[in-house]
Amino acid sequence: MDREQMSICCGLSRRRRAYDLSMRSLLYASAAVICALLVFLIGYILFRGIPHLSWQFLSSEESVIKGIEGILPALINTLYVVIATLIIVLPLGVGSAIYLTEYASNRKLVSAIEFATETLAGMPSIIFALVGVIVFCEFAGLGTSLLAGAFSLVMMTLPTIIRTTQESLKTVPQSYREGSLALGGGKWHMVRTVVLPSSVDGIVTGCILAVGRIVGESAVLMFTAGMGMRLAKYGHSFGQFFENLFDSSGATLTVALYNYAKERADFESAFAVAVVLLAIAFVINIAAKLAGSKLKKH
Amino acid sequence: MCDNSEKTIIQSKKLNLYYGENHALKDIDIEIPVNRITALIGPSGCGKSTFLKTLNRMNDLVPGVKIDGQVLYRGEDIYGREVDVTSLRRQIGMVFQKANPFPMSIYDNIAYGPRTHGIRSRARLDEIVERSLRDAAIWEEVKDRLNKSALGLSGGQQQRICIARALAVEPQVLLMDESTSALDPISTSKIEELAMELKNRYTVIMVTHNMQQALRISDYTAFFLLGELVEFGDTQTMFSKPGDKRTEAYITGRFG
Repeated sequence: MDREQMSICCGLSRRRRAYDLSMRSLLYASAAVICALLVFLIGYILFRGIPHLSWQFLSSEESVIKGIEGILPALINTLYVVIATLIIVLPLGVGSAIYLTEYASNRKLVSAIEFATETLAGMPSIIFALVGVIVFCEFAGLGTSLLAGAFSLVMMTLPTIIRTTQESLKTVPQSYREGSLALGGGKWHMVRTVVLPSSVDGIVTGCILAVGRIVGESAVLMFTAGMGMRLAKYGHSFGQFFENLFDSSGATLTVALYNYAKERADFESAFAVAVVLLAIAFVINIAAKLAGSKLKKH
Repeated sequence: MCDNSEKTIIQSKKLNLYYGENHALKDIDIEIPVNRITALIGPSGCGKSTFLKTLNRMNDLVPGVKIDGQVLYRGEDIYGREVDVTSLRRQIGMVFQKANPFPMSIYDNIAYGPRTHGIRSRARLDEIVERSLRDAAIWEEVKDRLNKSALGLSGGQQQRICIARALAVEPQVLLMDESTSALDPISTSKIEELAMELKNRYTVIMVTHNMQQALRISDYTAFFLLGELVEFGDTQTMFSKPGDKRTEAYITGRFG
């Protein structure tokens, strides 16, 4: 085409315009498929599960004789496992992250450890289950118990906690550290008064997401914490709490869902549990977002 | 090198510093007089900031740094074995190039140092905070908003907050690392005025890229080039009759 003849309205050839259009429709289509899937999935779970949900279902222990169905034991077991895991994993994970970013001076060792935690973070959870059974249930003599489950989940969530804490420590400007040290602060004083307060939002968000992983985990807990649907003798004292951790075994919500669906083919109850899990996931995500923005420094 | 009638507070002897392979300071011998403003000038990368940071051992934080020779503070080697870095830094305070207030209230920023060193009494802290803010010439601007975040202040105000924060631990020496380079002219002149005010009670050592600033406010000037201390002496003399060709070339703006 001659230079003078070229006008702005035929800037794109027909072929290029067709190509552009087809790519655009493909992208729209994939977005539409994803949205449809999501809506269908959530809609279907709610549709099947909600009719079966009742206060009694949430607040009672099942009894074949009385003909009562209930997931209270699973709710309580989930709570136990979440609390016990967090109590162990938080000091360990946040502590190692602080060591790795603030104290360790051997860069090679640090990158080796970081590589290892990344690998661990990507490991299938069934492997943690296997190790948990051998180390905690058998070797440490905990048997199948909530505590063995919690320990196994500690292994599983530790890399995540370390990574997220490290990431958020790294966002703290170096100038804060210098400022604190230049005033004669010791290293731990600096970490405690300047670094941790400025990174607490990221650390809390990481923890909340770890809670999400704990609540959603099933394989590890089936192996190590048991599958029973009975209620542990629960009490309100601290002593009772620890006793239960050692003594009782039982299904958490995800494992209960498995029980209902796979062992008993009771899909109504399974879907009702799924609704509860969905609600928990929703709450956890909201909490993570809120923690991220509310705890943001000044 | 400098006037014998002056009392020395910091002295370096054959000070050499290496960042790995890089020989950043070469045989620095200097005697810094007490209660004066000493300016460290020289082109970028000449070692003036590095030298400043050896004085409160902030270079310890840099991996791979190696230091030879001596730095004496009131006659004591600060790199000596039994020296406690935290108490050294309490006596030799520092204000950085970029204002770095902590993400806390103005009050907590100023009280940070005293609290670090164990002062808990609220009345005592109130007194220190007010005195420090007055000394840093910012009390009037912030006295009604002490509980507001320090990050909400302007750059010049933040830098004066940082000066107040450094003064709150009652140091003997104040190191200023290009502390006005990120500020507008009005804020800069406030801080210069402040430095002149402070030298009655503190020894001020400042790194500056601004030759006019060195001439305006410093009593002594040290000229660094490629890791060497080329010349050190009385500021007026140095700017009117520099003893070294390189100094003359630099201060007349032929390089740097």
